[in-house]
Amino acid sequence: MFYREAGDFKTTYAEDGQTFPIRFDRYRYFAVLIFAFGVVPFMVNDYWANALLLPFLIYAIAAIGLNILVGYCGQVSLGTGGFMAVGAYACYKFMTSFPEVSMFVHVLLAGGVTAVVCVAFGLPSLRIKGFYLAVATLAAQFFLVWLFNRVPWFYNYSASGQINAPEREVLGVIITGPNAPAWATYMFCLVFLTVCALVARNLTRGTVGRSWMAIRDMDIAAEIIGVNPLKAKLTAFAVSGFFIGISGALFFAVYLGAVEVGEAFGISKSFLVLFMVIIGGLGSIFGAFAGAAFLVLLPVVLKVVGVDVLGWPTDIVAHFQLVIVGALIVLFLILEPHGLAQLWRVAKEKLRLWPFPH
Amino acid sequence: MSEQWIFALEVTLNGLMAGVLYALVALGFVLIYKASGIFNYAQGVMALFAAMTLVGIMQGQVPFSHVINALFGTHVTHFGWSVHGFLAILLTVVVMIGLAWLVQVLVMRHLVGQEPIILFMATIGLAYFLEGVADLMWGSEIKTLDVGLPQGINLWIDETTLNWFGYGFFIDNLDIVATCIAALLVGGLVLFAQYTKQGRAMRAVADDHQAALSVGISLNFIWVLVWSVAGFVALVAGIVWGTKSGVQFSLSLIALKALPVLMLGGFTSIPGAIVGGLIIGVGEKLFEFAIGPLVGGATENWFAYVLALLFLVFRPQGLFGEKIIERV
Repeated sequence: MFYREAGDFKTTYAEDGQTFPIRFDRYRYFAVLIFAFGVVPFMVNDYWANALLLPFLIYAIAAIGLNILVGYCGQVSLGTGGFMAVGAYACYKFMTSFPEVSMFVHVLLAGGVTAVVCVAFGLPSLRIKGFYLAVATLAAQFFLVWLFNRVPWFYNYSASGQINAPEREVLGVIITGPNAPAWATYMFCLVFLTVCALVARNLTRGTVGRSWMAIRDMDIAAEIIGVNPLKAKLTAFAVSGFFIGISGALFFAVYLGAVEVGEAFGISKSFLVLFMVIIGGLGSIFGAFAGAAFLVLLPVVLKVVGVDVLGWPTDIVAHFQLVIVGALIVLFLILEPHGLAQLWRVAKEKLRLWPFPH
Repeated sequence: MSEQWIFALEVTLNGLMAGVLYALVALGFVLIYKASGIFNYAQGVMALFAAMTLVGIMQGQVPFSHVINALFGTHVTHFGWSVHGFLAILLTVVVMIGLAWLVQVLVMRHLVGQEPIILFMATIGLAYFLEGVADLMWGSEIKTLDVGLPQGINLWIDETTLNWFGYGFFIDNLDIVATCIAALLVGGLVLFAQYTKQGRAMRAVADDHQAALSVGISLNFIWVLVWSVAGFVALVAGIVWGTKSGVQFSLSLIALKALPVLMLGGFTSIPGAIVGGLIIGVGEKLFEFAIGPLVGGATENWFAYVLALLFLVFRPQGLFGEKIIERV
């Protein structure tokens, strides 16, 4: 009825190429933006920010980054945890070396450093494909975690081997450390997520994104029609590394505040982000959001239902959580291998025809 | 011989033994990958599950006792009997075959024809699921496993080397037994694949699914068979590793140790898994011995991966893998 193109006339090329061609989608998008920027910051408290909103925002950035590599360029990576650690430690070194510079700059620089490291570990992808590459990226995961554990320079020779985020400000408001207000940390992450999503969306539908997708669909054929595989693969690694580095920096500096590298950025983190991408939907920016929201919400919901409502011991609930996450992943892959994003697409198609069946 | 060289020799021997253990885990991967093209990440958790089931049966634990107690307020833990090791192993084999059947019927049958990466993700989901079930079923505390395998320093080798070099080598009896078990297992698998009807059918399926189907081989049966054999290999690996370092969560991480072995040897080759295991075992022990102290130790965590990565850059299909031919 109201969800269709009819009557929405495009008079310029810019209008024709916009992200949301349907008017209702556009309004909904702006409504979500206004709600996220204008309403949530006034309602948010510490519990909501730390339990749900910050992990969601930060994982969504990581999922967008990984989705570019896995979903758009077809290069499976299991090194996300290690690359997030690079972002976190780069951010830490910048924060402690240049205390007077704004946090925005630190986080962006951390993303840049991660992009460089990611490209270095992406170089073998020119020779290795498929599973062999997936396992090869594990080399990055284990080597980087070991490096940050064993070389004292990275954690400024602190006795515990941990890194702790010192208090830093943006525009006069404290962003990191225990005294940071919930709305400020939320806004800080939200700004990064919004910009990342916009950049990713526009990269993936331009020349670069098309060359990624050509490589993903069939790399030899892509090479024959003139796509440079070296450039396409390495740009995918660089952009993906940049986003993942940003999320790692935010994860350490804004969300956790103190990090022990093996615990926070272990192999399980790599799998978690990969699950988000798969459950959300490969090759979809919306999928990254949906997957992150789903996997952040799931443990919280399970804990509320299991511990608070049913009154079970926490260890049993934790084990049940493993069972349910595992079963859900298998179930998703069987029923809808293209993830939540595909369900969303199907729902939208149905909505366009509604109230008619065909 | 100088002392350094003697130490290096001892490290090499121990590395070879460790390599055999890696190869044992890698074997399970290769079997499933060859027959169904599935890269089974859950292999490590299967080893954990098998070892926990074995311990549980031997000690007469009540399955899901924690959940039952939490739901009904009872306090059951044990049936009050203990089962002999050999019988318990047989029962565990039955459980693993049941598991293989369930995996095939509930999961893999519905995913036939999907992309390999989707299948890989499904096995990761399976790994999470199995880990949770194993913890719920048998409890997550560390257990000791003793089915009568000898343990401790081998005195004969210690004495002989003391007479030869003036320095006694430390070699664990368990490692020697594990090497023998691995050799027997590989021999048995090769004989099974070469000389039995089911083994030939398995190789046919590995070669070409459609051709195998058209000469009347049941894919479903072969896949259950392959998962059962992999479950059996997982049980053997679980027994050896469980005896060595206790039955606990870290047992499932041996899967991560087996991955570089597979890359080095090639995903499709049984001899590759063994040679790869030996190279990685010796390589990481020698590297830790020679370079480790200079860079802060614990290099064993990543050395295998970096070695495999560098190796693959020069030979993308691994040491013994089938040559990759790409057609457009």
